[in-house]
Amino acid sequence: MYAYDELDRTIINERVSEFRDQVKRRLSGELTEDEFKMLRLQNGVYLQLHAYMFRVAIPYGTLSSKQLRRLAHVARRYDRGYGHFTTRQNIQFNWIKLAELPDALSDLADVGIHAMQTSGNNTRNVTSDQWAGVAPDEIEDPRIWSELIRQYTTLHPEFSFLPRKFKFAITASAHDRAAIKVHDIGLRLHKNAEGETGFEVLVGGGLGRTPFIAKTIKPFVPGRDLLSYIEAILRVYNQYGRRDNIYKARIKILVHELGIEKFAQEVEDEWLQMRDSALTLDDEVVEDIRSRFSYPVYEKLPHMPEELKKAAHDPYFEAWRKNSVAPHKVTGYAIVTLSLKPVGGPPGDATADQMDAIADLADKYSFGEIRVGHEQNLALPHVARRDLPALWRELDKIGVATPNVNLVSDIIACPGLDYCSLANARSIPIAQELTRRFANHDTANLIGRLHVNISGCINACGHHHVGHIGILGVEKNGEEFYQITIGGRADENAVVGTLIGPAVPYGEVADVVEDIVEAYLALRARPDELFIDTVKRLGVEPFRERVYATR
Amino acid sequence: MPLVRNGKIAGDEFVHVADDAEIPGDGAILISSARFLADAETLSRRAGKTGVIWPNNRDVDDLVPYLDRLAAVALVFPIFRDGRAYSQARLLRERHSYKGELRATGQVLRDQFVFMLRAGFDTFEVRKESDAEAFAQTAKRYSVFYQPTGDGRLTALHRRMQQRHSESAGQ
Amino acid sequence: MTSPLEQKKIRITGPSMVTANRTWDGVVIYRTPDHGWSVNLSDAAIVRTSDEARALLAESVADDVGAVGAYIAPVEIKDGGKIRPGNLREHIRSEGVTIDLPVPA
Repeated sequence: MYAYDELDRTIINERVSEFRDQVKRRLSGELTEDEFKMLRLQNGVYLQLHAYMFRVAIPYGTLSSKQLRRLAHVARRYDRGYGHFTTRQNIQFNWIKLAELPDALSDLADVGIHAMQTSGNNTRNVTSDQWAGVAPDEIEDPRIWSELIRQYTTLHPEFSFLPRKFKFAITASAHDRAAIKVHDIGLRLHKNAEGETGFEVLVGGGLGRTPFIAKTIKPFVPGRDLLSYIEAILRVYNQYGRRDNIYKARIKILVHELGIEKFAQEVEDEWLQMRDSALTLDDEVVEDIRSRFSYPVYEKLPHMPEELKKAAHDPYFEAWRKNSVAPHKVTGYAIVTLSLKPVGGPPGDATADQMDAIADLADKYSFGEIRVGHEQNLALPHVARRDLPALWRELDKIGVATPNVNLVSDIIACPGLDYCSLANARSIPIAQELTRRFANHDTANLIGRLHVNISGCINACGHHHVGHIGILGVEKNGEEFYQITIGGRADENAVVGTLIGPAVPYGEVADVVEDIVEAYLALRARPDELFIDTVKRLGVEPFRERVYATR
Repeated sequence: MPLVRNGKIAGDEFVHVADDAEIPGDGAILISSARFLADAETLSRRAGKTGVIWPNNRDVDDLVPYLDRLAAVALVFPIFRDGRAYSQARLLRERHSYKGELRATGQVLRDQFVFMLRAGFDTFEVRKESDAEAFAQTAKRYSVFYQPTGDGRLTALHRRMQQRHSESAGQ
Repeated sequence: MTSPLEQKKIRITGPSMVTANRTWDGVVIYRTPDHGWSVNLSDAAIVRTSDEARALLAESVADDVGAVGAYIAPVEIKDGGKIRPGNLREHIRSEGVTIDLPVPA
């Protein structure tokens, strides 16, 4: 956990009082909606179909139990008793009143949570691997650098009015759980031949109307130069990014139009003029941030305690353990994923009661720490393996032990037309129907790893382009239709999926997904060939044939 | 439109001179970049103060040769959401050591004052009277800053370092 | 459906109303014939020509303090004059989400 100091607290409190004044001026008519809109967006406030929506940042996906309880409090006090975890380590509340927002922000500020820049044309919440600090394969904890970037990008005087939104993601593992290749800037922490820690910097990834996979702009930027290099990229983008067309304003379009070599040269020229500036991160500064992250004092525990051996006789426990428990860097401990994808439920939603219960379990079993991942699930990052059976029973009681992590019913979905003013079609009911179709755990297990992603419009908040199966809602003559892509992925081998054919109506989406899955089961070379690999091997044609033969 | 200079509402000594109007021999004027660049050598040496209104889509490098002879550079925010002039301001101040008046023009609203001050602006053509009146108060809204800019304020990172050093020195 | 927020040319093809969200709390509201707002669709002013629609939208937009994002949306007039939402989006805004909320109201 990163502990705020007086300076961090001062900034977020000053931000709350500024926003309180802005809301007051808006409600009195001193500010027009046109003037206010960007100000509210910069504090995470959207206007959706039914009400204002409030998006709160969970930087690099790390929460303390105290913070989670405060989110539960906001859900109960200012909203309708639940919240929605998003694909970018944020939580959204759907029914907030503008007049009460300053109070909600103030309650969150008390525990070091803010909503700064969770929307608007500025640098957004910095996301990272939800297993940061505990993953066995990582170089070092990427959250140190995430926090440095969080501070650097917060209320930046030069880059608060960029051409368009701007998103960072960081990973320090070989396996990318942070989807860095679909971010405006993706950072991969690694060590060079001299053993020095630095970053491969990728730029220009993004989904939306025109999806692009990020390209490497510089293979190695030393940690000390990270902020100056980022500033150079942002400065080039701020000056040359397109502002004439909202759909062409992201940095991915600038990189595409200039070409990566030309863009890289512009950045390099800028960077060489400022790399030895006040932005240089001395070891001492980095160490100071590092020192304010606290880590648990782990016990020396056995890998295979008696409790686990005994519980192995319970097939339900075993199904859950095999699915939701991942190796930890410390022997005797495990990372436990909490599925927010119950059968028939809206993906990523948690009630205030669940949040409180999870906070209590985190205190009891995970050193008071909770993680939020881009797959819209939560995790307890430091669970002693001996406690797994007891924890499982508790998680099951509150409905977050569905053993479907990374399986076909672990669906990523945006809020869609049920909530969102941009949506063309609904997402949640599609997801709910799919979880019912694939509710049988043995079937889902037989199918294996398969990511289904659903977006209710081309803005792609459900990351449909990079779903193994991607579902995009469109509108045809006032009816909801859905385009289906397959073969996308968001990890280190990120690729945009391929459209399999004409859009299908709302009522047929689940049937089509079943057809695709059946085709895969018939076509796969071996039981352990994953869906994504079968698509890669065979292309979309056999799937297209299967789906459209009878349609 | 009220003008705020050095934190206070002030009269504007500069006269905006349109491209087709005659340029007075003395007196402080603000003219367009196109007009200025058409005869920069002469104009930058005229008796009165000369200031240039620089568009936000033109590289400030073109202005650099004349900076030490200019009394004012006015940068433009055509709408407040267009933030290009923040970069121009920092480049002029921090890279090209421009010391004259740096003026924010266009849709200049209260909620940008802190950003503009940090980027190096010292003069503001403010859209609304009420915003101009609130300038001093708004400028004090934040007391902690995460980024280093040319305004010389210590960043949070550096304040923490100082604090650390003074703590260890006191031990 | 094209986001009504991008509504440019105003041409209606059937009975329509003007809807927005209330500024202080975001609740869905409908422009009424007496130049106010109501949370009930049944109170909405109904327009049938593009000129009427333009005029109703203009007066609605003029209330920038009270309402956000006013736009024209279609309605159906049922037998007996009952006003119903004219598309799925407006149905959802008027009747609520089509799913069960995680916490029942």
